[in-house]
Amino acid sequence: MFDFLDLDRYDLFGAFWTTVQLTVFSAIGSLILGTLLAAMRVSPVPVMRAFGTAYVHIFRNTPLTLIIVACSQLLALTLGMTMWADVGTDTMGFRLAVLGFVVYTSTFVCEAVRSGINTVPVGQAEAARALGLSFAQVLTMIVLPQAFRSVVAPLANVLIALTKNTTVAAAIGVSEAALLMRDMIEQEAQLVPIATLFAFGFIVLTLPTGLLLGRLSKRVAVKR
Amino acid sequence: MSNLSVLYDAPGPRARRRNVYYAIGFLAVLVGGAWWLVSTLQDKGQLEWSQWEPFFTDSRVWTTFLLPGLENTLIAAGLSMAIALPLGALLGIGRLSDHWWVRVPAGAIVEFFRAIPVLLLMLFANEAYALWTDVDRSVRPLYAVVTGLVLYNASVLAEVVRAGVLSLPKGQADAARAVGMRKGQLMLYVLLPQAVTAMLPAIVSQLVVIVKDTALGGALLGYSELLGSVGLIDGNYANLLAAFAVVAVLYIVLNFLLTSFASWLEGRIRRGKRSTGAVLTTDMNEEMAMAGDVPGATDGAAGGGGPGRT
Amino acid sequence: MRLRKATALTASAVALTLAATACGGDDDGGDGGGGGEFVIGIKFDQPGLGLMNPDGDYVGFDVDVATYIAGELGYEPDQIVFEEAPSPERENLLSRGDVDMIVASYSISEEREERVDFAGPYFLAHQDLLVRADYEVPDEEAINDMTLCSVSGSTSAANVQRDFAPDAALEEYNTYSECLTGLENGAIDALTTDDSILAGYAAQETHQGKFALAGLQLSDEYYGVGLPKDSEDLDAVNEAITAMVEDGSWDQFVEEHFGPAGYEPEPAPEIGARP
Repeated sequence: MFDFLDLDRYDLFGAFWTTVQLTVFSAIGSLILGTLLAAMRVSPVPVMRAFGTAYVHIFRNTPLTLIIVACSQLLALTLGMTMWADVGTDTMGFRLAVLGFVVYTSTFVCEAVRSGINTVPVGQAEAARALGLSFAQVLTMIVLPQAFRSVVAPLANVLIALTKNTTVAAAIGVSEAALLMRDMIEQEAQLVPIATLFAFGFIVLTLPTGLLLGRLSKRVAVKR
Repeated sequence: MSNLSVLYDAPGPRARRRNVYYAIGFLAVLVGGAWWLVSTLQDKGQLEWSQWEPFFTDSRVWTTFLLPGLENTLIAAGLSMAIALPLGALLGIGRLSDHWWVRVPAGAIVEFFRAIPVLLLMLFANEAYALWTDVDRSVRPLYAVVTGLVLYNASVLAEVVRAGVLSLPKGQADAARAVGMRKGQLMLYVLLPQAVTAMLPAIVSQLVVIVKDTALGGALLGYSELLGSVGLIDGNYANLLAAFAVVAVLYIVLNFLLTSFASWLEGRIRRGKRSTGAVLTTDMNEEMAMAGDVPGATDGAAGGGGPGRT
Repeated sequence: MRLRKATALTASAVALTLAATACGGDDDGGDGGGGGEFVIGIKFDQPGLGLMNPDGDYVGFDVDVATYIAGELGYEPDQIVFEEAPSPERENLLSRGDVDMIVASYSISEEREERVDFAGPYFLAHQDLLVRADYEVPDEEAINDMTLCSVSGSTSAANVQRDFAPDAALEEYNTYSECLTGLENGAIDALTTDDSILAGYAAQETHQGKFALAGLQLSDEYYGVGLPKDSEDLDAVNEAITAMVEDGSWDQFVEEHFGPAGYEPEPAPEIGARP
């Protein structure tokens, strides 16, 4: 059944490695941007709060394909922001895709972190303020560390969704798993076995992540 | 901590002045970025009226391309929601069953379909319908899109429902048993309604995901949904970026209407029901709704419950 | 009580959605498979070849050829149903019996002939480059230094890397028009695919004067009429193509659809010609 699997011709592991890289870089980026957005949404500066809210509402409600294509069409090809890579190289597509995933996924991270902030008892922040800590200090030293511990599980779900979403990068020619799958289907004309193989690949990537982080979330959860 | 002002003191004169500086600085960056964007687009001729004119002067763009695409998106999303919601509830309850022969298969189904990209599920469904059924070609892409969306989102919704049930105080189940309810009644009349109410925002955010994911069916299966109409518009008017922009606005408005309707519905359900004993309260859920594709869909260990609040 | 009311509300909302979608579904269910219909697969988004216009009609060279052939086979224009035939799906559409015939810039190749029958060819195209109007491509050697763009998974893209410009940078997108954005702004040097397709884009109203064909004949693409394997219509379609060329309709279609682009294709190829 799997006689189409010519590993010399199709770089299966290379493609999944690209998928993993896309996931890891995007995850780090979205975690940073998402946390920043969450901080903006709870900050004392009204303009920042408004910006955070608008950002989340706009990008969370747009299909990911549109965001990724916009990154390539608008940023790279029209505005000439090629992410410090040469046009036509895989590097440019990869970096643009990561940028698109960060823009999209950070909205989900932001809302997860914000919900985590809500699980921190009011007394914690009040005590911190009573000690004379500033907003930034309250947030970074008292509230966020506790908030993160309570949202490991939702963040794990965001990470799993992100892993699967990387397939959209095929739309701008990043040679990750979904693009290889499309090529193989085109050339070998065996849709079901090939798609099964790739489905299995994604299960291998996402199931352990979910189980591991699920366990971690129970261990680090703040017992109250 | 829903009242976020607990994070900072009421600003005094100095803090207020500082906040104004921050605001001005931030606005300056924003305006600078926007100005650069607009002027570059202007240079590249993307803001020329000819690119945008068809959307305002030629009603056929709407009647031939955009509205049929929007209709197909709504059909696929509506059907998927109508099937995925009850199926998800069923799977979620199944995973909580006392019988292992219900619990284990339900859990396996949920974990399996959650792990595979929706696009692949749609591809499989399309091929399966072509091989083993005589579904007509004109509706097969719709069937495939709906099947893929239902399988994935029912699994996600199952986890949401499960987390909702687990977040309820034990007393609810105890009390129901005490008045002599059977297991089915307990679930149907006591736990499920409360769980659904508590998890409504999470459920709604999943519905938004359904609307957005219909776009995946266009590219590979030839289902002519909203995003797909960009290609047709561009073929006639050669205004790709403008077409993308209009379609993006349509999606954002559509999803915004969906979430607004949901929060209105939630307001109605919740009016005066704050003392049901559900641990999750309104504010809490508003946030959880957005925590990702499967917000709070865990076994209540962490994000699911917010036991710190009273 | 309040909860019950809310549940009823949700239920009616769901019922409404169902009703709405049921109506929508009926509209689509009607076509295909009915008596006396002739289903033809074409492109919907390819200017010059097969395009759905704002009135919902189909225009282009392939569309006219398909209509002519169907007419010769005895089908009136109102019996013809056009279906979209995305490139990767074309063989499947024929083998499943979803369409009776495909006229969609469908190049004849050995691999494809194993799965479908080809009548014709009715057209000879060449792979070429579309460049900005002020850009010169001296010879094929120079392509190696260019940044090219094509549609992912297409034969044109594979040809570039395998045959004539292994060193050229190649961008791959979902559609040709996504390449055009880069071409227009100088991020990409050339869009490469069949000259018949390129001519359609060059002739689009907002593109006029901006782009030009390089005029290199990088490959021979014989467009055939795709038919299901062992189709009994094969000879009749071949005769229809011959008639179309002989009575001048072919020239008229070429003039109408490729004339505005200034593209003069090769004369109609012989029936049975193969690469």
